[in-house]
Amino acid sequence: MTQGTAKGKKLSANETAVLIDKVSFYYGKKKALSDICMELPKNKVTAFIGPSGCGKSTLLRCLNRMNDLVEDARLEGRISIGDQDIYEPSKDISDLRKRVGMVFQKFNPFPKSIYENVAYGPRIHGLKDKRKLDEIVELSLKRVALWEEVKDRVHESALQLSGGQQQRLCIGRAIAVEPDILLMDEPCSALDPIATARIEELIVELKERYTIIIVTHNMQQAARIADFTGFLFMGELVEFDDTELIFRKPKEQKTEDYITGRFG
Amino acid sequence: MARHALHLEREIARLRDLVLSLGTRVEESVQDAVKSLVERNTELAKKVVESDREIDLMEVEVEEECLKILALYQPVANDLRLIVSILKMNQDLERVGDLAGNVSERAVYLASKEKIPLPLEINSMADLVKEMLRESLDAFVNADANLARKVCASDDAVDDFNREMYRQMEMAMRDNPDRISVFIHILSASRYLERIADHATNIAEDVIYFTEGEIIRHRGDL
Repeated sequence: MTQGTAKGKKLSANETAVLIDKVSFYYGKKKALSDICMELPKNKVTAFIGPSGCGKSTLLRCLNRMNDLVEDARLEGRISIGDQDIYEPSKDISDLRKRVGMVFQKFNPFPKSIYENVAYGPRIHGLKDKRKLDEIVELSLKRVALWEEVKDRVHESALQLSGGQQQRLCIGRAIAVEPDILLMDEPCSALDPIATARIEELIVELKERYTIIIVTHNMQQAARIADFTGFLFMGELVEFDDTELIFRKPKEQKTEDYITGRFG
Repeated sequence: MARHALHLEREIARLRDLVLSLGTRVEESVQDAVKSLVERNTELAKKVVESDREIDLMEVEVEEECLKILALYQPVANDLRLIVSILKMNQDLERVGDLAGNVSERAVYLASKEKIPLPLEINSMADLVKEMLRESLDAFVNADANLARKVCASDDAVDDFNREMYRQMEMAMRDNPDRISVFIHILSASRYLERIADHATNIAEDVIYFTEGEIIRHRGDL
C-alpha cells in the first residue's frame, strides 16, 4: 500500500492544505473508508479516482463535513486544515464551509439572477456594502472566465445560462467567499467536451489561488489536470502519487488494473 | 473486464502479431544476408535487397497501428509503455532490414571478385549478432528483462569482433594493396553487422523499459 504523501516525502506544514490522518468512515455499520492517511498539498490539484462505491466521494465530503448530514454516519481519525481539527466539537461549521467550498456534479445555481448567485455567499457572511459586493461579483466572474459573457445581463436569471456557464457560475459562487480549498465532485460529468475543456482549463488556472480536490470518473481528466492522484478501492487508499507516475508506472497492481481498464 | 479494455486488448494482440511478423521477416533477411556473404550466393543476396520493400511496408503498418491505438484508446501504464516500445522497436527493425540489404550488396560485390577467404571471426560475429537479434525478440515476446539484459551485455563482444576485423583488414590491405577495395567491402559488411547488434541492443533496452518502466539507455550500468 502506497499511502501518505505524494512524492514519498513529507510535506512541511505550510505546504499541506489538508492532513488526513488514519481516517475511517462508517455509514451505520458499513465501513466506507478504512484508515486513510494523506497529505494534500497546497495550491495543487489532487484527484481521487476509483470505481463506483470505492469511497472517493465519501472522502471528499469528509473534508467539509458534508457527511454530517447523513444519519448514523461516523468518522474516526483526524482531518486537519491548517492547524485545526475540522471535526473538533467546538468547530464552527459555517466557517469551515466558507474555507472549503464545494462544486457538485449537477450544476445547481439558485433560481435567482447571476449576480445574486455570486453575491449570496458574501452576503450571508455579513457583507452588505453594495459597492464591495459589485466588486466581488465582477472579480469572481472574471476568475471563472464568465464575466465577458454575462456582464451585460448579470441581473438576469442564472437558469438561462448554458450548462457549462452554469457550472462556471457555481465555481464563481464558491470562490466569492475566498475559500482556501475547492472540492469538486465530478464537476464535468454533465457537460459536453467543449464545456468540459473550459472547466478543466479553469481548474488549472484556479490552483494558483486555491487548493483543488476533485473526484472524477474520467481518468483522462485526472491525467490532464491533476498534479497528484489518489486511487481508492473498496474504501482503501491503494496508491497516492504524482499523477504522471500513476499513469505511467503505478506501483500497485490494483492501480494498474484499474487505470488500464482491466477491472471496474 | 471493462469493455474498453477488451477492445484495447484485441488491438494490442493484433499489434503484437504484426510486430512479430516484422521481426521474423527481418531475422530471415539477416540470416540470408549472412549466408549470401559467406557462401558467395548472388541470387540470395539480391533476394534480400529486393525484399527490403516488404519490410518497409510492414514498418509503416506497425506505426499506423500504434498511432491508431494511441489516438483511440489513450493507453496508460504498461499498455502505454508497450506501445511506445513497439514504436521504437519498429524503427530499429526497419533499420536492421536496411542493414541486411547493405550486407547483401557487399556480398554481391565480393562474389563478383576473385575468391579470398573471409576472416574466421566474421562467422562468429555473425552468429552472435543473429543470436542477439533473436533473443531481443524473444525477450519482447516473453517480457523477459533478464534476457534483454543479456542481449545488451553481448554488444561489447560484437564491438570487439568488429575491432578485430578492422585490425585484420588493415594488415591485409598493407600486404595486398591491389585488393584494397575487396577488403573495404569485407570491412563494411563487418561494420553493418556491428550496427545490427546496436539495433538489437536498442530493442532489448525497449523491452526493459516496457517491463520495468526504467529508461536504461546511456547509463552504462545494467
